[in-house]
Amino acid sequence: MIRLLAALGALVLGGLASIGRLAIFTGQTVSHIVRPPFYPRELGAALLQIGYFSLPVVGLTAFFTGGALALQIYSGGARFSAEAVVPQIVAIGMVRELGPVLVGLMIAARVTSSIAAEIATMKVTEQIDALVTLSTNPMKYLTMPRVLAATLVMPLLVAVGDIIGIFGGYMVATYRLDFTSVTYLKNTVDFLEWLDILSSLTKGAAFGFIAALMGCYFGMHSDRGAMGVGRATKSSVVAAAVLILAANFILTEAFFSS
Amino acid sequence: MITLSGVTKSFGSNHVLRGVDLTVGKGRSMVVIGGSGTGKSILIKCILGLVTPDGGSITVDGRDVTRVPRDAFLARFGMLFQGGALFDSLPVWQNVAFRLLRGELARPWAEAKSIAIEKLARVGLGAEVAERLPAELSGGMQKRVGLARAICADPEIIFFDEPTTGLDPIMAGVINDLIRQIVTEMGATAITITHDMTSVRAIADDVAMIHGGKIRWTGPASEMDASSDPYVDQFIHGRAEGPIETLR
Repeated sequence: MIRLLAALGALVLGGLASIGRLAIFTGQTVSHIVRPPFYPRELGAALLQIGYFSLPVVGLTAFFTGGALALQIYSGGARFSAEAVVPQIVAIGMVRELGPVLVGLMIAARVTSSIAAEIATMKVTEQIDALVTLSTNPMKYLTMPRVLAATLVMPLLVAVGDIIGIFGGYMVATYRLDFTSVTYLKNTVDFLEWLDILSSLTKGAAFGFIAALMGCYFGMHSDRGAMGVGRATKSSVVAAAVLILAANFILTEAFFSS
Repeated sequence: MITLSGVTKSFGSNHVLRGVDLTVGKGRSMVVIGGSGTGKSILIKCILGLVTPDGGSITVDGRDVTRVPRDAFLARFGMLFQGGALFDSLPVWQNVAFRLLRGELARPWAEAKSIAIEKLARVGLGAEVAERLPAELSGGMQKRVGLARAICADPEIIFFDEPTTGLDPIMAGVINDLIRQIVTEMGATAITITHDMTSVRAIADDVAMIHGGKIRWTGPASEMDASSDPYVDQFIHGRAEGPIETLR
């Protein structure tokens, strides 16, 4: 019984220590965003890597999701003669939920894993130590540009995802479900509100911050060796995905509960 | 002058350093020898502040290393890491000139590149290597690039961590000669960590042997063979029999 309690206590303490470490890491990252020196070249590279090079995966994911959503809404709506709501539900579904969440998860898969693996490998091969000996703060040089870039560029990626997702729904609706082009677009534009768009972009910024932060955190705290790099990469993606979904719920509650 | 007094460091129950006392004179080349896992690398990481010692004191020119401004302190150092620790994403010249491209020592890119190419030439690499990525270089070339990076900002103190590990004997000899020449030319204080006795004889003015978390013996390299210390004797002759326990 005492062993069980001891194990439970160790688990709780370990969990609290992890939360504490993550909170300190987050605080340090945010503080470095506003304190010089800044590394604009690294920020530019991160913007390109996280933003521009993620466009194909974001576009493809959003396009197919929008198309599938249109088919589902059409067949589901047909059960109570509501096929006509396809444009409105595709628009609201993509902009409020599926756009930001799917883009966030794709970024977690593509960017978080890559950041964690890169930084963990740098740690294993003493590149982080080398940065310190070259009078360069690894938090400023590695973490801050990536987190800032992801936070800035994710709203744009989400906006692109929303538009392409709606376009996917439009393509399926007009070519497969016999909607007229003008009616579909008019219903989409009329139905969307500014709050929908604002929530979408805010979620994008929050998910970008989480995705990059998790990659940097697990990379910086990885164990030695190939197994350490692998574990850091896996943990970063899992943590980013779970936190993105949790943040999505909190933000949805904050924007739309009333 | 670098002075370590009673430096201790443990990782959990593993007591790596158990009270290290060591003095490295200004402009001297000290080589620290010892078996694998005896804390040689931890020793220099403690001096640089990469690892925080649990106890004892470390001073450089009489100033406690924990109480000096970090950037100014680190600007006095150059370090060659065991695996090179070159930044994969940067071309060779940007690795070499890293310190000159950012921070307090920042210079215009053209000037920094020109200095990098000059330093690459100093370690026997041509300008054509400058634009390559580290992954495109052999192990020996990576060591040379690491050496060029270590000396790029003309540091007063240079650390070499296992400079010849993983190199063939000829390339190891080349690196040893380069280190000796550069340290002499620059008048820098150097600490080299190695268990390669050829390196010791090529590089060292002074030698210290670490064993059991303490400095077992220290003295001029010329006196090492006649030290009469059984630990030093076993190590420098690579004998399996002796006071140092080995796994067989």
